[in-house]
Amino acid sequence: MTWVNAVVQGILLGGLYALLGCGLAVMFGVMRIINLAHGDLAVLGAYLVMVVLDHANVSPFLALLPVLPVMLLVGYGLQVTILERSLRSGVLVPLLTTFGLSIVIQNLLLEQFSPDVRSLGGEAGSVATASWQVTNDISISAIGGLVLGVAVLVLGGLQLFLSRTQAGRQMRATAQDPDTAELVGVNARAVYARATAIAVAIAAVAGLFMAIRSTFFPFAGPTQLIFAFEAVVIGGLGSLWGTLAGGIVLGVAQTIGAQIDPQYSVLAGHLVFLAVLASPRGGLFSIRGATT
Amino acid sequence: MTQSSATVPAPRYGVERWGRLSISFTAFAVALAVAFAFVPVLFSLGTTQKATSLLILVLLAAMWNALAGYGGLVSVGQQAFIGLGAYATVWLCNHDWNPYRAMIVAALFCAGVSVPLSFLVLRFRGAQFAIGMWVVAEAAAILVSLDQSLGAGTGTSLIELNYYTPTQRQHYTYWLTLGITVFFLALLFLLLRSRLGSSLQAIRDDEDAAASVGVRVLRGKWILFVIAGAGCGAAGAMTLANTLFIEPTSIFGVDWTAYMIFMVLVGGLGTFEGPIIGAIVLFVIQNEFGDNGVWYLVGLGAAAIGFALLLPRGIWGTLEERFGLRVMPVGYRLRREGT
Repeated sequence: MTWVNAVVQGILLGGLYALLGCGLAVMFGVMRIINLAHGDLAVLGAYLVMVVLDHANVSPFLALLPVLPVMLLVGYGLQVTILERSLRSGVLVPLLTTFGLSIVIQNLLLEQFSPDVRSLGGEAGSVATASWQVTNDISISAIGGLVLGVAVLVLGGLQLFLSRTQAGRQMRATAQDPDTAELVGVNARAVYARATAIAVAIAAVAGLFMAIRSTFFPFAGPTQLIFAFEAVVIGGLGSLWGTLAGGIVLGVAQTIGAQIDPQYSVLAGHLVFLAVLASPRGGLFSIRGATT
Repeated sequence: MTQSSATVPAPRYGVERWGRLSISFTAFAVALAVAFAFVPVLFSLGTTQKATSLLILVLLAAMWNALAGYGGLVSVGQQAFIGLGAYATVWLCNHDWNPYRAMIVAALFCAGVSVPLSFLVLRFRGAQFAIGMWVVAEAAAILVSLDQSLGAGTGTSLIELNYYTPTQRQHYTYWLTLGITVFFLALLFLLLRSRLGSSLQAIRDDEDAAASVGVRVLRGKWILFVIAGAGCGAAGAMTLANTLFIEPTSIFGVDWTAYMIFMVLVGGLGTFEGPIIGAIVLFVIQNEFGDNGVWYLVGLGAAAIGFALLLPRGIWGTLEERFGLRVMPVGYRLRREGT
């Protein structure tokens, strides 16, 4: 039964990784770039929530509400200042600039908030501690279930946005062919900026849940980026529901690894990721031509 | 009166590899390498140690540039080889090897590891390669920290070097580092001048176009990947010899990649001379501002962004373009004959 419990916990953990990977998948789907500062932006989101909590005695979920528009603006600003120029200079430059950005964000966070390891679990109150005992061995924590639920809602919402709205159709068109999209009146620059803004805001949501579930510190970003990227690649680059599946596979791999020996947790995830990379299809749901 | 001839001879062009400037500069580079050999004799141990770390930076920058500048492979995980090189040295010394011989074998071991790894990671381009290598480095760090005989997560030191006096140790380490760095720079120089070098420079300029005219892109990348694996492994072993203590989180840390990206972008991506200049710039910055921790790293990151966007050819690439300089003759240039 402990193994069943490990799988259940892995699925719950997978929700967090899917949420982290979601923003990466959107940016890769639309612009074909991977933002190496994605994990640091998630951590930045967690710190911004913490700042709000310092000034107002509210639940962290309420504190996220003012943070989201700020993060949308951060994403928009990031696109028009750094990423847009990077995109024009070829495939290597976005990797280099976002890696540079990652170092800048980490050290500014360190400068501002000290290297202390923090958690927002206490502020979240009963949500962070409550759990539902299914059997003697299996329990589902409230926060774990909530994260998975939010991940499904965010992914479903994105899917609806992309398939049903005008802005979503423009985004898909731009993803397939920006030049042709411009010919029929789509402003590709605006679409890119919108995609980055959405991706960064979702990163902040993921950052909040990471902060409640576990801990965060200024240099927590790179590890989160790796997990997010692993979820996206295992799921097949660019597929939204694939990212959820990839996150769950990664989460289950980590909890099963941890069940064998806690030291093997992260390693097991890395090995599954490398095994998927080595497989001929290179992803569970990779379908050529499918966009976001 | 001018005499008009019936046929104006068409201007003839010749291909030139060595110019006056490049001959004198190559000679200067060789002389410089020889002069560097006398640093331990002429300067204090502290200076020798700093010179060793400069040489390691030069080696790392040249290796990362070989990958990214010529192979189009941005790796965020070369620290995998740095760490493996250092820990392979520790392992060999635990098995009664002479430390200096162990360092060379460790570099060869890293070249050996890079061969099977290349089959996995070279299938990818761009971000997948970048982060794939990063995951490899993270996995290697975890595997090493699980091994108690290598000091596990708390780190280990190279006690075998205590058989030498501090002076001997620092001198030998310096000379070995100099020899290895010069070896890899010479190897890259010869490689870039060879027939393969032309194809590597074609891959650098446009991978797809190069493939379409028959360049064997994968083979070129494979050679660069193995050389960079060996070079970074050697750099890791030399770092261990220079600092005497390592721990998995720092020797496998992604900070190494930050330094390499900074050096290569500032110096000039895809040029032979650029990374050397970038390494000197980083060395000076580290010595001047390294104590200001946070802002120093913010500055490094911001400079990397700035150079990538505003001066993508770096200091050296920009100078080369503006003044038509070519001091290390790794390319070809057209010269009008008879002028």
